[in-house]
Amino acid sequence: MLAHLPILQVIVPLMAAPLCWFLNRSKLVWLFALFVCAFTCLNSMFLLQQVMSSGTIIYQLGGWDAPWGIEYRIDELNALLLLIISSVGTVVLFAAHTSIQKELPEDRHTLFYSLYLLSITGMFGIVSTGDVFNVFVFLEISSLSAYALIALGKDRRALWAAYQYLIMGTIGATFILIGIGLLYQMTGTLNMADLATRLAEVNQTRTVFAAFAFLIVGVCLKLALFPLHLWLPNAYAYAPSIVTAFLAATATKVAVYLLIRFTYTVFGIEFSFTTLPLQNIFIILGLVGVFAASTAAIYKTNVKHIFAYSSIAQVGYMIIGYAINTTTGLMATLLHLFNHALMKSALFLALGAVMYRIGSVQLSQFQGLGRQMPLTMAAIVVAGLSLIGVPLTVGFVSKWYLLVAAIEEGMWPVAVLVLLGSLLAVLYIWRIVEIAYFKPPLPGREAVQEAPWTFLAPIWALVLANIYFGIDTRLSVQVAQAASQSLFGINP
Amino acid sequence: MVLGLYNYWIVVLLMMIGFYIVIAHGNLIKKLVGLTIFQTSVFIFYISMGNVDSGSAPILAEGVARYSNPLPHVLILTAIVVGIATTALGLALVVRIKESYGSIEEDEIQIQDQLTEDKTSC
Repeated sequence: MLAHLPILQVIVPLMAAPLCWFLNRSKLVWLFALFVCAFTCLNSMFLLQQVMSSGTIIYQLGGWDAPWGIEYRIDELNALLLLIISSVGTVVLFAAHTSIQKELPEDRHTLFYSLYLLSITGMFGIVSTGDVFNVFVFLEISSLSAYALIALGKDRRALWAAYQYLIMGTIGATFILIGIGLLYQMTGTLNMADLATRLAEVNQTRTVFAAFAFLIVGVCLKLALFPLHLWLPNAYAYAPSIVTAFLAATATKVAVYLLIRFTYTVFGIEFSFTTLPLQNIFIILGLVGVFAASTAAIYKTNVKHIFAYSSIAQVGYMIIGYAINTTTGLMATLLHLFNHALMKSALFLALGAVMYRIGSVQLSQFQGLGRQMPLTMAAIVVAGLSLIGVPLTVGFVSKWYLLVAAIEEGMWPVAVLVLLGSLLAVLYIWRIVEIAYFKPPLPGREAVQEAPWTFLAPIWALVLANIYFGIDTRLSVQVAQAASQSLFGINP
Repeated sequence: MVLGLYNYWIVVLLMMIGFYIVIAHGNLIKKLVGLTIFQTSVFIFYISMGNVDSGSAPILAEGVARYSNPLPHVLILTAIVVGIATTALGLALVVRIKESYGSIEEDEIQIQDQLTEDKTSC
């Protein structure tokens, strides 16, 4: 049983998704999906613990040896990502029942849960597999279910957002497919570890350069790097609240994982950062992304839009850390993957609670909410502080390492710009705080009640996690450090 | 050299045509058609990649010694299924868009969105 944990992580939610249709009663399906997610969460904790104590786990599907058969390979990086996806997935799902009762018609509930499970399956698959074609297939499983989840949104603009996401997402995935094809053509293998050794012989050919370019552009579309981010804001803003909280915390993280996996493991650091001026490109795009997206966030009137743009800015930080190309830089990126998942899921869940009570997340509707929904608003403030990077929250930890990494490499301007970018976050968080706490309640609106406990429990669990991991950084830093060292080939 | 690789030229051409249609057309169905052409070009790319000179289809038969590489064919079978799923989902979305917006032209949808946006923000 223990030996099969890597595959169970993917198989269990995959099998559970169609089973939802047999239960077909909203509350029952919710409990079932929650149970499945909790299982994957425990499973990923086991995996992480196993990886940290005894090194990389290799699981061969059907017992076939690696270059011929498909293998699942779990190292520190994969285990960290699995833990992020499964834990956020579970916590967010806890609030789902209350939230979707308000936002979705009864007959779509089963559909929602089975799509949710499929989407999470796809993400687990991308993260655990060691086979590049598998990556494409799981990428499409998670993306197709994500498009459908977004289209469930109440507003008709959700449909349009889902359509745009579908077009751009498919172009990205097809680019990745072309890249994989070119790699197969040059090496005759699809296994990541095998590719890494065989690419060394042919890596100065034009085909490999083309494959590299296609893969990078495709993955960057998926992770919403600055000029390729156009699909993201509307998709997040008009999807059902739970879907936004879930996707914002996981979808782009998985794409960042793919970028790291392809450049560090498959192509190798040497090749990735010398053939193209990747470092300069990514640092510039990351910085421009931070500033452009944060500025856009300041001018938005829909709070979900504000945080969607802030997600693009946060992706910018991750990319900067990645492009610094040192162990500390990569560690900052991995920490930020983990920390950003905690902040954004808390923020979007809190917005879900606001949506539940007042049916809108327009900034103007927030007037007086500070007194009427004190716990929800306090959660937004704390998670917002974390987003800015105030000490004692997780945001501080990852930004700190990012600054250290930039300074270690003598990139002073980058460090200064990262700090300035954080100041922009202060502005858009402050706008929300100002309206919620310092304006009188909207005239003509009945007194708004505090959100139900099914919302408050997961929100505050996430907010407390934001504070806990901001103070006691042993676990997150240790895992991130181990992962980045193993990617750089340093044995601790 | 150049003519000998004609199948790859066809792939590139189809890819560009598909991509251009996706970008240039405002009609949602046409965009999906472009996307399908774009994806199909990749299928052809994989199939020509697996071809072995004078090799037959990878099915065991009497008197055949050379076979084409079956792996890309199998891979692309998966990708075709994915492509169908994407197109089906896209078309379903277009139906729903038509129902709620009454149009499948990008610019008309954007005008309507702009109107609702102005209404909610003031």
